[in-house]
Amino acid sequence: MLVTLLSRAIRIAAAFLYGSTGETIIEKSGHLNLGIPGIMCFGAVGGCIGADMAQKGGAGAFGIIVATIFFAMLFAGAMGLLYGFFTISLRCNQNVTGLTITTFGAGVLGFWRKNLLNIVVSDEGTITFKAASDFIKAPMFGAVGDDWFSKIFLSHGTLVYLAIIIAIVVAIVLKKTRTGLSLNAIGENPAAADAAGIKVIKYKYISCVLGAAIAGIGGAFCLLDLQSGSTEYPIEAIGWLAVALVIFSLWRPGIGILGSFVFGLLYVMPNYINGIGTEYKKILEIIPYAVTALVLIVISFFNKRETQPPTALGVPYFREDR
Amino acid sequence: MKAIELVGITKTFGSIHANQDINLDVEKGEILSLLGENGSGKTTLMNMLSGIYFPDAGHIFVDGKEVLIKSPIDAFKNRIGMVHQHFKLVDIFTAADNIILGEKMPPFSIREKSQELRLQAANEISALGENLDEEAKKKAISKINNKRNLKICALPFVKFGKAVAFNYLPRTRAKRLQAIADQYGFDIDLKKKVYEMSVSEKQTVEIIKVLYRGADKLILDEPTAVLTPQEIQKLFAVMRKMRESGKSIIIITHKLNEVMEISDRVAVLRKGKYIGTVKTSETSEKELTEMMVGEKVDLNIARELPIDPQPRLVVEGLTVRNKDGLHAIEDVSFTVNGGEIFGVAGIAGNGQKELLEGIAGLQPVESGSIIFYNPKENKPVTFFHNDLKQIKKKAEMGMFHYPDGTPVDLKGKSAKEITRLVNEEQILYYENEVIDLNKRTPREIQELGIKLSFVPEDRLHMGLVGNMSIIDNMMLRSYRKGKSIFVNRKKPKALADKIIDDLGVVTPSDMTPVRRLSGGNVQKVLVGREISSSPKVLMSAYPVRGLDVNSSYLIYNLLNEQKARNTAVVYVGEDLDVLIALCDRIMVLCGGKVSAIVDARNVTKEQLGLLMTKMPETVERYDYNVAPQQEETKEEEKNND
Repeated sequence: MLVTLLSRAIRIAAAFLYGSTGETIIEKSGHLNLGIPGIMCFGAVGGCIGADMAQKGGAGAFGIIVATIFFAMLFAGAMGLLYGFFTISLRCNQNVTGLTITTFGAGVLGFWRKNLLNIVVSDEGTITFKAASDFIKAPMFGAVGDDWFSKIFLSHGTLVYLAIIIAIVVAIVLKKTRTGLSLNAIGENPAAADAAGIKVIKYKYISCVLGAAIAGIGGAFCLLDLQSGSTEYPIEAIGWLAVALVIFSLWRPGIGILGSFVFGLLYVMPNYINGIGTEYKKILEIIPYAVTALVLIVISFFNKRETQPPTALGVPYFREDR
Repeated sequence: MKAIELVGITKTFGSIHANQDINLDVEKGEILSLLGENGSGKTTLMNMLSGIYFPDAGHIFVDGKEVLIKSPIDAFKNRIGMVHQHFKLVDIFTAADNIILGEKMPPFSIREKSQELRLQAANEISALGENLDEEAKKKAISKINNKRNLKICALPFVKFGKAVAFNYLPRTRAKRLQAIADQYGFDIDLKKKVYEMSVSEKQTVEIIKVLYRGADKLILDEPTAVLTPQEIQKLFAVMRKMRESGKSIIIITHKLNEVMEISDRVAVLRKGKYIGTVKTSETSEKELTEMMVGEKVDLNIARELPIDPQPRLVVEGLTVRNKDGLHAIEDVSFTVNGGEIFGVAGIAGNGQKELLEGIAGLQPVESGSIIFYNPKENKPVTFFHNDLKQIKKKAEMGMFHYPDGTPVDLKGKSAKEITRLVNEEQILYYENEVIDLNKRTPREIQELGIKLSFVPEDRLHMGLVGNMSIIDNMMLRSYRKGKSIFVNRKKPKALADKIIDDLGVVTPSDMTPVRRLSGGNVQKVLVGREISSSPKVLMSAYPVRGLDVNSSYLIYNLLNEQKARNTAVVYVGEDLDVLIALCDRIMVLCGGKVSAIVDARNVTKEQLGLLMTKMPETVERYDYNVAPQQEETKEEEKNND
């Protein structure tokens, strides 16, 4: 059972990881995007459309996965662009804009699920994207061996490994490259970055769109990989946990990989505890949030500058304002 | 050839001319000082060189060529680097990372490179031996051409590879930069995080940053303001070294002795206008001061002699630290009398803000005392009959006296008894209170019944709430009065309407948010509110900044009215003409210390200018109580003339 638990935890961790990696990129540019849950919902919608189109077009496994990712990124990226336009160019309040997008995204996904899903895939009846979903779920490394290692680590679909690869790449870019240095500088002190000749607005837009696009893959992952049978994964709730995970991982995607696993474990654990009622299981779902609060308390004790959020997080920047 | 030449530069902000028709030039390998009072437009001018502002008119020539500088990137391209007064560094980065931040890849043009390759191939073909036969030659040519084509095709990949390699941050970056630092004799550890650095180290990082970016024209905006004398000497040594290596430096400063020490030439600005450039070797501090402050302007502000000036606010040895933990004001002592306007002169940032905020209880005071003498009024206490707590608090401070002068002891008396004592006006008089304001919050000060009004420098952020209406802003001072949990807008409305009428505030209505008003009207609302409580001490910081002439005179008149009411008025100003014409005494601050307290009727702008820029050997402290009576009558005659 432990093997199943860990395997399941890694699987769901990927959803958190997509969201938190995306949100980290956005927050590094000084924008607190609370629209991540909504953006993930949009990613889910986009992913479904992509998978549906590829499936109908008779594409193979690779084609379906690429189309899913592409459309998820396209839909989510469009929302990221919208968020960027509101907060960067129009300098609207970031929290209000983000929450609006979350509400919007959750609403669109709900509508989509209830009304459109069946129409679009009418030829397949109510079984949603079975074929496409199966391709995405199929273990990347082929048939699973019977040993515990393969069961825990090698039994997942492509998107799980992609999440880890993206997080590692983002971590390297943030830590080891000039691009990352510039992005960090913009989140810390946009005036300094501007004076150093960095195109602040361009960077902010790119990070808002790219971060949203990555989070969007997570949304598609929730719908096409995690979801099995009739249980619907609450993408919005997963999105909020992803935002919390950014804090948990101290704005470092590298730590985020580990953090997402911890979150995944805490998230699925209640289902594997025998002998307690459903109502208690629901209560146990608090744990990831409680752990995030605990981490906030702990890092505030250390009071180290490096573990703090980007200094200019949530502060709009425009050059003339001095 | 001139490194930088400015011709006819003009920049306006709204109706204010920040720079007007300025001509300036810097030679290669020269240090030019840019001298001027506050608001004379030095920083604005330099910001146009560094790409933060764009001039409204005029031409900028760099190395003999006319250029347009629209953004900091353009400034880099023209090899101009500016070290701002407020450092633009990322705190959590190391010094090295701050230095390489925003560095651009060296240009790699595919078109140029392929042209080069073509040329190379053509050369190789023409260099082929003539003794080759036709067939072999053809073969050789096609071989060379194929090689060339392959190379050209590879160029985009080479470019991409170079970009990736450039983007990678090597671990040894700090070491490589250290070489540049050592070259100019900077003493700094480039692996240190900026937030662990002292101000002087941060400045060094800024300077290395502009040098690293290839700047050979450096602009330093008041670099010495934050440094200790030893650090200043170090900086000057570095600057001389840079001059030797052919760099041009413009240094903005107020300190005359530094100007004389470091610069080759001095350019002087005054009120946005260019006054002239002189060679340092051919000038004196006196001449420079005259150029800086200019001719005396007669302002025709009415000024009465103070009537019965008695100490109202006595500050002794006040020391306040600023946000960075440095001494903003150090050991400042002065007395403000009732019925006088006490001017505070000084270059901005020399502790004026901290001084006033320290007195008003807005900033923690490190040491010193602030004593407030409430004037003798012998009035029965009538305005807080019901507030037993307040009465007890005041009684504990020994503020109540029986008519014969013995302090009232309320200990052991019942609430009923105290109420009786107070309400029947039997004994409680408060008489010439002596109150220490030190370590008190603004609210405590207000609750003690001390009428201290403060017109802060930053009107819309500290003085008023921009998004609130005039009426609601009136309530900021009075909303705690009364017992009802609902606010009563009647009195504030009456007050707002009175201020609008009396001071001629131009506004659509008394419900208009304050931020929609023009600067002058905002100031009228603020000053109106502050004087409406008939203060005993009125502190005002730059009350006429940004105001037109008529509004300014209105404010002067209001201050004079307060003076006639025997209020102690503190006026922090920047225009020396106004200070001399309006104030009775002027305290000059220099580097957070008092450099003199002078009689405003007997001082010249040059004297003030010198005192502002240089600490005198002996500090003069003028006071009416010390000055002979005769002199004062003389002055009166002078004024009548």
